[in-house]
Amino acid sequence: MSSRSDPAPGHAAGASPRRTRAGVLPGFGASMGYTLLYLSLLVLIPLVALLCKSAGLGWAEFWNIVTAPRVVASYRITFGASLLAAAINLVFGAIVAWVLVRYPFPGRRLVDALVDLPFALPTAVAGIALTTLYARNGWVGEFLQTWLGIKVAYTPIGIVIALIFIGLPFVVRTVQPVLEDIEGELEEAAASLGARRWQTLRRVLLPMLLPALLTGFALAFARGVGEYGSVIFIAGNMPMVSEITPLLIVTKLEEFDYAGASAIAVVLLLLSFILLLCINLLQHWQARRGGRPA
Amino acid sequence: MKRPAHLTEPRWVRGALLFLALGFLGLFLLLPLITVFAEASSKGWALYRDAIADPDAWAAIRLTLWVAALALPLNLAFGVAAAWVITRFRFRGKQFLITLIDLPFSVSPVVVGLAFVLLFGSQGWFGGWLENHGWKIIFAVPGVLLATLFVTFPFVARELIPLMQSQGSEEEVAALTLGAGGWQILRRITLPNIKWGLLYGAILSNARAMGEFGAVSVVSGRVRGETDTMTLHVEILYNEYQFAAAFAVASLLALLALVTLAAKNLIEWRDARARTRHDSLSQSASGNVTLAAAASSPGRVYS
Repeated sequence: MSSRSDPAPGHAAGASPRRTRAGVLPGFGASMGYTLLYLSLLVLIPLVALLCKSAGLGWAEFWNIVTAPRVVASYRITFGASLLAAAINLVFGAIVAWVLVRYPFPGRRLVDALVDLPFALPTAVAGIALTTLYARNGWVGEFLQTWLGIKVAYTPIGIVIALIFIGLPFVVRTVQPVLEDIEGELEEAAASLGARRWQTLRRVLLPMLLPALLTGFALAFARGVGEYGSVIFIAGNMPMVSEITPLLIVTKLEEFDYAGASAIAVVLLLLSFILLLCINLLQHWQARRGGRPA
Repeated sequence: MKRPAHLTEPRWVRGALLFLALGFLGLFLLLPLITVFAEASSKGWALYRDAIADPDAWAAIRLTLWVAALALPLNLAFGVAAAWVITRFRFRGKQFLITLIDLPFSVSPVVVGLAFVLLFGSQGWFGGWLENHGWKIIFAVPGVLLATLFVTFPFVARELIPLMQSQGSEEEVAALTLGAGGWQILRRITLPNIKWGLLYGAILSNARAMGEFGAVSVVSGRVRGETDTMTLHVEILYNEYQFAAAFAVASLLALLALVTLAAKNLIEWRDARARTRHDSLSQSASGNVTLAAAASSPGRVYS
C-alpha cells in the first residue's frame, strides 16, 4: 500500500505526537480497535488454537500423521488436480479474456456477466449440478462414456472438472483489466516495424500479460487446493484414489481425531500462506510491469 | 471499436477463438446452471413446491436468511472501520493487517471450521466454560454465524480499501478544518462517497454468506430443522437420493446467484457511466480517473 493518499505529516503540525504519526482525521482508536477485535476473534485466535493443537502432538507424531500414505495420496490428488485445473483455466481463461476484450459479438455483456457465476453460485449447488451433468446418465457424462470411453464422475477427472469451474473467473478477471489497459500504439509500433501478428502477440503482448496470467493461475490454484463443497459430490471420495485433503480433515474430525485433523490442517494452512505470499509478489510485479504508480 | 486488419488476427483465427471461448463457457458454466433448473423441474411443479414447503427446508431457508442478515451489518461495520484505518492513517504493520484481511480468500473453509471447533467445541479451549454457562456454539447457530463471518468479512473491506485509497482524504480533512466531528464526517462525507462500493461489497458478501458450505458443514452438526442451512439441506437431500428435491432447494440458491450477478453488473455499469461522465466533465482530472481504475482492479480480482 502506498502512502500517497495518507495525510501529509505537515497537516498534523501542532497535533499531539501520536496523531502526527497516524494522521489528522479522528476515529483512529475506535476503528483500529474494532478492526483488531474482529480480526483477533475470527482469524488470529482460531488459527493460534489450530497451531497449538497440532504443536501438542510433538514433532515425531506430527510427522507420522502428515506423511501417512493415505494423507500423502490426498496431497497428490489435491495438488495434482488443482495444478491441472489451474493450467487448463490459464489457457482457456486467457482465451475468454481475449475474446471478451477484443472481439465484439452479440451478447458479449451477458457472457461477460456469466463469467462471475462460480463466484456467486454456492459450491454445493455447483457440485451436485456438475455431478449430475457428468454422471454416466448425465448429458455430458453419457456422451463421454459412449463415444470416448471416459468416466468422469466419481473419478479424479471429476475433481479436475469441479476445480475448472471454481477457478475460471480468477484467471479471466485478473487478465481482463490488464488486457483492456494495453494501448493500441504498442501493437501499431510492432506492426510498423515489420512484426507479423504472431510475433507481436508473442514478443509484445504476452510479456505484458505474463504477471497477470501467473497471478490468475496462482489464485485459481490456491482456491482449488482448499475447495471442498463442489468436489466432494463429484469425486467419489475413494481413499488413495479420489479423496482430497480437505475431506480427510473432515473425516478425521468426524472420528473425533482432533489432533490428526489439526496436523493436516496446518499443512494446508502453510501452503495457503506460501501461495498468498507468491500472489502478493506477483501483484507487485504486475504493478511495476504495468508502469502504474504502485 | 473495430480494429484495422494489421492489428487483429485473421478472420478464421478470430472465429476459432470465439468458438473455443464460448464453447468452454457453455460447457463449464452455462450447462451446470441449466442442469440445476432442469433437474429441479424434472418431477413437476407439485414436487418442487413440496420440496420447498417442507418444514425442514423452510427451517433451513429461515436459518440461512437469519445468518446472512446478522452477518451483513457486522461485516459492513468491519469493512468501513478497516478501510478507514488502512487508507486514512499511517501505522506500523499496515501490510500485515491487509494480509490478515486477505487470509479467508486462501484458507480452506474446512480448516476454518476446524479451528472454531478447537476453540468452542466441547473439548475446546472455551468449550467447557461456555457449556457450564449454558452456551452452545459448535453444532449450534452461533457456530454457523462465526464460520459465515470468517468467510465473508473481507468482501466489504476489499472493495472499500482501493476505493477510499483513490478518493484520498482531502474532503474529510476539509470537513475537519470546518469543525465537523468524527461521526459527522463519516455520515456526511465518507459514507456518501463510498455508498456504491459499500453496496457492491454487501452484495458479494451476502451471496457468499448464503452459499457457504465447507466451513458451515464442519461447525453446524447438521441437526435437521435446527442448524441446517440451505446448502447443507441440499447436501442431505442429495445424499438421500431425493435428487429433484435437492435441486429444488438448489434452484433457489441458483436464483440468488443470478440476482447477485445482475445487481453486480448493474452497479458496475452505473459506476462506469459515472466515471466517463466525470471524465468528460474534467479533462484535467483524467489522470486521477485512470488511477482510480487501476487501484480498484486488484480488489475486483478477489470478488
